[in-house]
Amino acid sequence: MLTVENIHKTYATADGPFAVLRGISLGLSAGETLALTGESGSGKSTLLHIIGGLDTADQGRVLLDDTDIAALDDDGRAAIRRGSIGVVFQQFNLIPSLKIVDNIAFQARLAGRYDPAWAATLAERMGLTSQLNKYPEQLSGGQQQRVAIARTLAPKPRLVLADEPTGNLDEETAAIVMDLILELIRETQAGLLMVTHSQALAARMQRRVHLRAGQIA
Amino acid sequence: MTRATLHALLSHWWRSPLQLFTLLAGLALATALWSGVQAVNAEARASYRAASTTLGEGSYDRLARRDGQPIDLTTYVALRRAGWLVSPVITGRMNDVRIIGVEPLTAPGSMGVAEMAQGADIAGFIAGQGQLFGSADVAARLPDFDVIISENAAPNTAVTDIAVAQRILGRPDEIDSLVVAPVQPIRQDDLAQVAPDLIRQRAQQTTDTAQLTDSFHLNLTAFGLLSFAVGIFIVNGAIGLAFEQRRPVIRTLRALGVPLRRLMLLMAAELMIFAVIAGALGVLLGYMIAALLLPDVAATLRGLYGADVSGTLQLRPSWWASGLAIALGGTAVAATGALWKLAKMPLLAAAQKRALAMAAGRRAAAQAMIATLLLTVCVILCVTAQGLIAGFALLACLLIGAALALPFILDRALAFASRGARSVVTQWFWADTRQQLPGLSLALMALLLAMAANVGVSTMVSSFRTTFTGFLEQRLTSELYVDTADPAQATAFVAYATPLVDAVLPIMFSQTTIADQPTEIYGTRDHATYRDNWQMLSAAPDLWDTTFAGETILLNEQLARRGGLSVGDYVTVQGREMAIAGIYGDYGNPIGQAIIAEALFKEMYPEITPDRFGLRIAPERVPDFIAVLSAQTDISAAQTINQAGIKALSLAIFERTFTVTTALNILTLAVAGFAILMSLLTLAAMRVPQLAPAWAMGMTRAQLGRLELLRAVLLAMLTAVVALPLGLALAWALLSVVNVAAFGWKLPMYLFPMDYARLGVFALLAAALAALWPARRLARTPPADLLKVFSNER
Repeated sequence: MLTVENIHKTYATADGPFAVLRGISLGLSAGETLALTGESGSGKSTLLHIIGGLDTADQGRVLLDDTDIAALDDDGRAAIRRGSIGVVFQQFNLIPSLKIVDNIAFQARLAGRYDPAWAATLAERMGLTSQLNKYPEQLSGGQQQRVAIARTLAPKPRLVLADEPTGNLDEETAAIVMDLILELIRETQAGLLMVTHSQALAARMQRRVHLRAGQIA
Repeated sequence: MTRATLHALLSHWWRSPLQLFTLLAGLALATALWSGVQAVNAEARASYRAASTTLGEGSYDRLARRDGQPIDLTTYVALRRAGWLVSPVITGRMNDVRIIGVEPLTAPGSMGVAEMAQGADIAGFIAGQGQLFGSADVAARLPDFDVIISENAAPNTAVTDIAVAQRILGRPDEIDSLVVAPVQPIRQDDLAQVAPDLIRQRAQQTTDTAQLTDSFHLNLTAFGLLSFAVGIFIVNGAIGLAFEQRRPVIRTLRALGVPLRRLMLLMAAELMIFAVIAGALGVLLGYMIAALLLPDVAATLRGLYGADVSGTLQLRPSWWASGLAIALGGTAVAATGALWKLAKMPLLAAAQKRALAMAAGRRAAAQAMIATLLLTVCVILCVTAQGLIAGFALLACLLIGAALALPFILDRALAFASRGARSVVTQWFWADTRQQLPGLSLALMALLLAMAANVGVSTMVSSFRTTFTGFLEQRLTSELYVDTADPAQATAFVAYATPLVDAVLPIMFSQTTIADQPTEIYGTRDHATYRDNWQMLSAAPDLWDTTFAGETILLNEQLARRGGLSVGDYVTVQGREMAIAGIYGDYGNPIGQAIIAEALFKEMYPEITPDRFGLRIAPERVPDFIAVLSAQTDISAAQTINQAGIKALSLAIFERTFTVTTALNILTLAVAGFAILMSLLTLAAMRVPQLAPAWAMGMTRAQLGRLELLRAVLLAMLTAVVALPLGLALAWALLSVVNVAAFGWKLPMYLFPMDYARLGVFALLAAALAALWPARRLARTPPADLLKVFSNER
């Protein structure tokens, strides 16, 4: 489903060019889960952003099924983001002015695939049914992250990308959230690629790729 | 997708009504300020255009009876038979409406009967079927008459056929005056023979008042430009903050798959909808402002024209169009920059709430460079600007350049002040104030422009007033002016008056050409009236001695400027070379003027005999003298002009001008104060993370609130310090460049330190009032909100 081929990315810094990714290649099948680990600055988040169409590579291809994401323009990458890929951010990135019910439905509506029954199921599974008419600021961090996950899964994306999804949560809440993500991923048969520093979380994934200095170790 | 995105964008305003209010209020106030000033201008112009086209008042000579009684029909008929092209007029009042009866077939064309009757039954009017032409207001006041509503009608005035007017007013066969057509047959009998009891009243010498009116409008137009600049800064600030606050949401929307182009289009559409709503509110608000100001303007123009000018306002379609155009245009200008930043904003940059401050460093450098460039252009224009467009370009460069330079100047001033800080709180205060500058800079720019406009326009108007008061003293020194009908009457009058008054000063002039410029040349009698009162802009020694000796000539400023002449140069008058001994200010006169000695004038123009005279007489004797003159000679009171009346009228005009400009000054300052309030309120949420550490380390919330208030007052004070020289530069540009370009004469500039001090106090008060509420809110921020700053889950 996902094929990443020879991705290179270099940033200009005050000290000169810095190669953050140097020829990364990997693959992911439907329903498969993959942990991306590595030290800070090893290029994990950059790779995730390039796969998600949030950033562009200097060289290489990112194939989602037969579509080369790296070759798309801004509109094309936006279409892939709203239709085929779901991203769970560490900072939740909910829309503060929308109610929880609207936040959950938001990406599905953008993709034109809003299914109220599925959205309600997600809300129930995430334990958000009583919170639907509240605003994000009225929820705890764990609840907000659950809203973000529900929002990501509402359009039933082919690929879920998660960037430290439990990084802002306490251990107990993090475990609950992670259980939910894995459970729903199994049901929807989406691929999951998760960036994490946590060895415990990485151990729960089917596969694990470790990055060091922009290369797969 | 569009619907969901729009829902997300609009939900921000629903959840943040205060921000929506500040955005709409900013746009509405900017539009109101602009459209209010324009409305006053447009209505005033429309009023006296209607007055002049309808009535042609003052633009024709008139014949009237010496004793002020009505003219009988036989005299009119006799004049027509003798070849006089005259048209009868009768006036009177009914239900507080001025009724004017004219004879449509003989009335001069520009008296406007045809214009008024556009689209109406002119045949019926001519046939005397009882139709009246007037405004809707007049129709309401004359319900029993067939009033045809005309947009071109003067306020409070109905025009009709003379026969109808005579019937309505109950004065059959009576005529008040006869309007003399400007072109008369070459051969016609002498007036004294045909109608000895009639005198010819000359058309009003309207050039002076027309020029004053134009100056008045130039003031208002300049103020309109300034208010527009203030408004643009307010709009820019409001829109910039609106974008800044939604920056994280915009990033989220893009990350979730909303294409950038669609997002920009939706945000632009959203802003344009707001601009239309706020523009409409602004036009209505501007209308209310104009309605409050217009009675004073109307009174001014009534004084100028002696005609009824509407003190009420019509909501004209053109205002809607121009007001909305300003709101949409201002929004488009302000939004272009914000949308450009949005397009360039990296999708993955950290969503930080104080990105404003981070980006401000780069922006400040660019702003300082643009400011330097504009101020350099301004200096070049100061030396080279000629013409109205260059004058206004100078004003624009000066104002925008200074406004853009303000953040840099304030930052440097604060950096300098921080060096002297000893205590830790003081050090933090200065550092925090510097950090606040980017967020407040647009509001402070608006305050700068508002204060500069105040200083500039007040200085200009006060300088006008001071100059004109002096000028009136100089030009209207004689206590009484007498206009004689013919040479015989003039001779008799001089013989009669000379023993009774201190001096009889003849006023005689001719048209000539000096230095290729059309000029009125006056022959002046050697008298202390001139030597003591006339102020020269530049003069040679003994100018009066040499001029009254017939050796030199004096020129007005307009002639000197247009001819490129200065004192000591020579000009040729009637074939005689004469040195220029002095150049005098001649405010309000559009054409060239020159003064030579009376004897020399008589030598050059022997055919001209004086028919106007200035009389020097004790002011308290004037009324008695007029009464005796009317009783003992054939000169009527209508032929005399009491100088005190003219001066009082002229000064009243300036008082009215003052009232209007003062009101606008206060309004502009209030709007700038509101801009500060809006900025402080919208920044309040961003302030919490900055102030929470200070609170956690031991400062009380009350202390933080007081420091917020102090900060606003301090920034306003520093802005005032910059605004004073800017305002004075603005006044100089208006008086020395724009006025010269518009009218050909330069007004001396006077300084009014007390006015500036008062303005400074008002500005500080406005800033303090604006900061009071946000500071109070801050002082009452619940500790829980401050604690959230330190929470991971925030």
